[in-house]
Amino acid sequence: MKTLTFPDFVINRDNEKCIQCEVCVRQCAFDAHTLDKETNKVETDIKKCVGCLRCATMCPTGALCVSEYSQKIRKNCNWNEKQLKELYKQAETGGVLLTGMGTDKDYKIIWDHILLDAAQVTNPSIDPLREPMELRTYLGSKPSKIDFRFDISDLKLKNLQKGILKTKLPPQLKIETPILFSAMSYGAISLNVCRALAQAAEECGIYYNTGEGGLHKDLYKYSKNTIVQVASGRFGVNPDYFEAAAAVEIKIGQGAKPGIGGHLPGEKVTEEISQTRMIPSGTDALSPAPHHDIYSIEDLSQLIYSLKEATEYKKPISVKVAAVHNIAAIASGIVRAGADIVAIDGIRGGTGAAPTRIRDNVGIPIELAIASVDSRLREEGIRNRASIIAAGGFRNSGDVVKAITLGADAVYIGTAALVAMGCHLCQKCYTGKCNWGIATQDPYLVKRLNPDIAARRLINLIKAWSHEIKEIMGGMGINAIESLRGNRLRLRGFDLHDNELKILDIKPAGESL
Amino acid sequence: MKKIYFREEYCMACRLCEIACLVAHSKSKKIIKAYKEEFPNLTPRLVIEQNGPLSFAIQCRHCEDAPCIAACVTGAMHRDRKTNAVSHNAEKCVGCWMCIMSCPFGVILRDIKEKKVATKCDLCSDEKILACVNACPNEALICAESIKNKDKKKE
Amino acid sequence: MGCSIAGIIDESGKRFSGEEIIRSIKKMFLRANGLGGGFAGYGIYPENKDDFCFHVIYNSEKVKEDTENFLRHDFNILKSEPIPTRSIEEIINRPLLWRYFLKVKQEVRKRFYEMTEEDIVMRSVMKINDASAGAFIISSGKNMGIFKGVGYASDIGRFFRLEEYSGYCWIAHDRFPTNTPGWWGGAHPFGLLNFSLVHNGEISSYGINKRYLEEFGYKLTLRTDSEAILYLFDLLLRKHNLPINIVHKILCPPLWSEIEKMTQKEQDLYRTLRIVYSNALINGPSAIIVSDGKIMFGFSDRIKLRPLVAARKGTKFYLASEECAIQEVCSISSGIHFPKAGEPAIGYLNNK
Repeated sequence: MKTLTFPDFVINRDNEKCIQCEVCVRQCAFDAHTLDKETNKVETDIKKCVGCLRCATMCPTGALCVSEYSQKIRKNCNWNEKQLKELYKQAETGGVLLTGMGTDKDYKIIWDHILLDAAQVTNPSIDPLREPMELRTYLGSKPSKIDFRFDISDLKLKNLQKGILKTKLPPQLKIETPILFSAMSYGAISLNVCRALAQAAEECGIYYNTGEGGLHKDLYKYSKNTIVQVASGRFGVNPDYFEAAAAVEIKIGQGAKPGIGGHLPGEKVTEEISQTRMIPSGTDALSPAPHHDIYSIEDLSQLIYSLKEATEYKKPISVKVAAVHNIAAIASGIVRAGADIVAIDGIRGGTGAAPTRIRDNVGIPIELAIASVDSRLREEGIRNRASIIAAGGFRNSGDVVKAITLGADAVYIGTAALVAMGCHLCQKCYTGKCNWGIATQDPYLVKRLNPDIAARRLINLIKAWSHEIKEIMGGMGINAIESLRGNRLRLRGFDLHDNELKILDIKPAGESL
Repeated sequence: MKKIYFREEYCMACRLCEIACLVAHSKSKKIIKAYKEEFPNLTPRLVIEQNGPLSFAIQCRHCEDAPCIAACVTGAMHRDRKTNAVSHNAEKCVGCWMCIMSCPFGVILRDIKEKKVATKCDLCSDEKILACVNACPNEALICAESIKNKDKKKE
Repeated sequence: MGCSIAGIIDESGKRFSGEEIIRSIKKMFLRANGLGGGFAGYGIYPENKDDFCFHVIYNSEKVKEDTENFLRHDFNILKSEPIPTRSIEEIINRPLLWRYFLKVKQEVRKRFYEMTEEDIVMRSVMKINDASAGAFIISSGKNMGIFKGVGYASDIGRFFRLEEYSGYCWIAHDRFPTNTPGWWGGAHPFGLLNFSLVHNGEISSYGINKRYLEEFGYKLTLRTDSEAILYLFDLLLRKHNLPINIVHKILCPPLWSEIEKMTQKEQDLYRTLRIVYSNALINGPSAIIVSDGKIMFGFSDRIKLRPLVAARKGTKFYLASEECAIQEVCSISSGIHFPKAGEPAIGYLNNK
């Protein structure tokens, strides 16, 4: 069938600059650049270009320029190019449209409509380069009060040592900055990427998350900084897996595809992945949409406590859900079911592969989810019983500060971390041909990502964001992050509807205390 | 002495090292000019070996007991007293290619333009930065006194 | 806020006239702008020392009537009288100022058996103050009272004839408001049950302190951070039954880097405190004096962005924003103490 789709990109080759070195040919896994053996000339097929910019980045003379395909169809606000292309594609294939990464639809990003406060005159701002500035956070369940026994007649209690602390804290995850790496499974991403994430997490005093793909033997040494996931496919779950983790996360859903399972095609299940996931090599790895032992909240509670038993109550249990309409009630149920951490993934959350329609249409923005969950848990007086990790499209430290100020304890970053390692958001993760060596198992492509370089870039990113968070906190006259967390009076909404302001529980810009 | 080491697990055979080497040893040292005007009279001084996904770039190892020096009949191939590197003096070279024959790594090459004189990695003698190491986007080529223990076997 | 604060306690329990604290706070008038001043005195009502004493501000007679009817649900009103004042030209627009001596009704105690008398009082205070109907209870403790209003503290003191009262502990505040307009209820000290608090500063963490307290049923009606600190004291000292030193370490915890240098046992304690009570940390510039009648407790924030001076002479213990305020009422040549950042200065009432 002749295809009616037209290209996404144009590759412009400046022949004045092109030295025919074939770097582009060797770098493009989609075969957009090829060498004509007869003429010995490099050729380009723009239809194959995915816009990952690998060729343009690697070209030693800067001869390549990738831009949007400019031949325009007749302008139509309803039936735009994107719609047409998708229709042609489906007419030609009869299939569900697949895509990767988080949604690219231009939903309002509420972060950009929330403004932060700063101290002026009555309250001195603090210079984080001269004064202490504390970002350390503990994730886990906290008792609502402590039990401290002391002699009431010893009112002066000169020596606190005389008192006895009866309270035993449930297990906590200590993080030096309120940022963690999101769940990304070995299989969806390459082992080198997992290595880089693990190394960076160790160096930064934070955690990375294995995703549902099990834990490769090489990564056991990073166990202090590892959160392992138990998802509906139960891949790679075994006693050593729990032993090697600092915390266990039950994955119910994911922001990019709430209500949808996962499917790692057999060709990606290499020998190593088969060992790690504990499935035969070459077979499809299927994660069912629901956990088939969790059809309601009481079943979740059973799994939470099974995992607590299996880890001897020494490790916090997290439950990750996608932000859906009833998220506040769901989160409350999860906390009451015994979770120590609730991870919430908003509609802009990323994925290695998801049906386009699901990714672009299901869920709610993380901003509203954080606010409604934090408010609900406080109303019910159970906010102390679990920490909240927010996920789904955190682009910079400003977003992080706003999320924490709305009430999150920490954030998960996935896409931002991938971009730091080289991802150019071409959304072709599901093809397994990632030219940047990230979302691929192809031995030619995997080696393109040197984990040492990637780890360095991740560490730089986390350090840079942490510095910025400190700078912002200093400006607000706050020197410990716990005073920022949930402190919504330091936020103002700008250009937001009354309903949004109400749910976010923040005042409009211009309104004083 | 500092040497160039390769780490084949990160080499993706992009050949940017080769291009950089070639340009560094061109007359103009400008990439487009070198390729458009001096080519094909230019030879890179390193060799990229490739077999399936496995690849690496290799150049003169500057062997302690260098067979090329022993094989050289004119003393053109010699050890530099200052840097301890294996050096090649083009003035003295007569193009007998015994060095090429004796090199266990196959990293001494014929110079295309003169046809006589062998050419090899000179550790970018007139430059401070090693062109190939600098050009490698993935740190598959590194310059170090010795490679870290874990990578020792790949020396 | 700018503001000045001062406090005097006679640790032997000997009562002295309110005139002394007026002189002390007056010395620091430059730190205030006349938009609020006030005092709390302990031991001032020895005849009714076992009854709750409410000081109330009313907008109108009508509100007063409604409020009294409401109070009668839970309390026996033993005495109801205007708070004595003197007319002075500096104090104008005075509201109706009234005081009551009350006892919780026996049947109410029986009906709400899970609550203490204090809880019942707190609930009523919260209800009346939250209704913002024109009645505002400014103090609700036993054998203590708060006197405050719009004006310089020294004028407020004269207005309330404080020289005619004698107490063993007094704290005072002179205000330079920034965040909230000056009104009678918004002046310091803030009081709940036996607690009273004066505060010089602005709490950057107010938003989260407030939300935290709301989880425990506190209603923060005044939109002022000082109120939040007072309730934190009430929550931690009274409800969570923690000693004052621990409470101080919760509100004003050591840095993580300091905790790491401690012994294992101390680390466990301080780490647990910070983790469990992270929402109660007071961040931002502040110097605070708080009293519950048994102690007078002064401290500044973790990096001492507001001043606090302490001194001891004889059985008396003094706290103030500036040394001059202490020198004014007792000349001390040595022994003036400048507490470090986060270090408390405490005076204890010794007689039981």
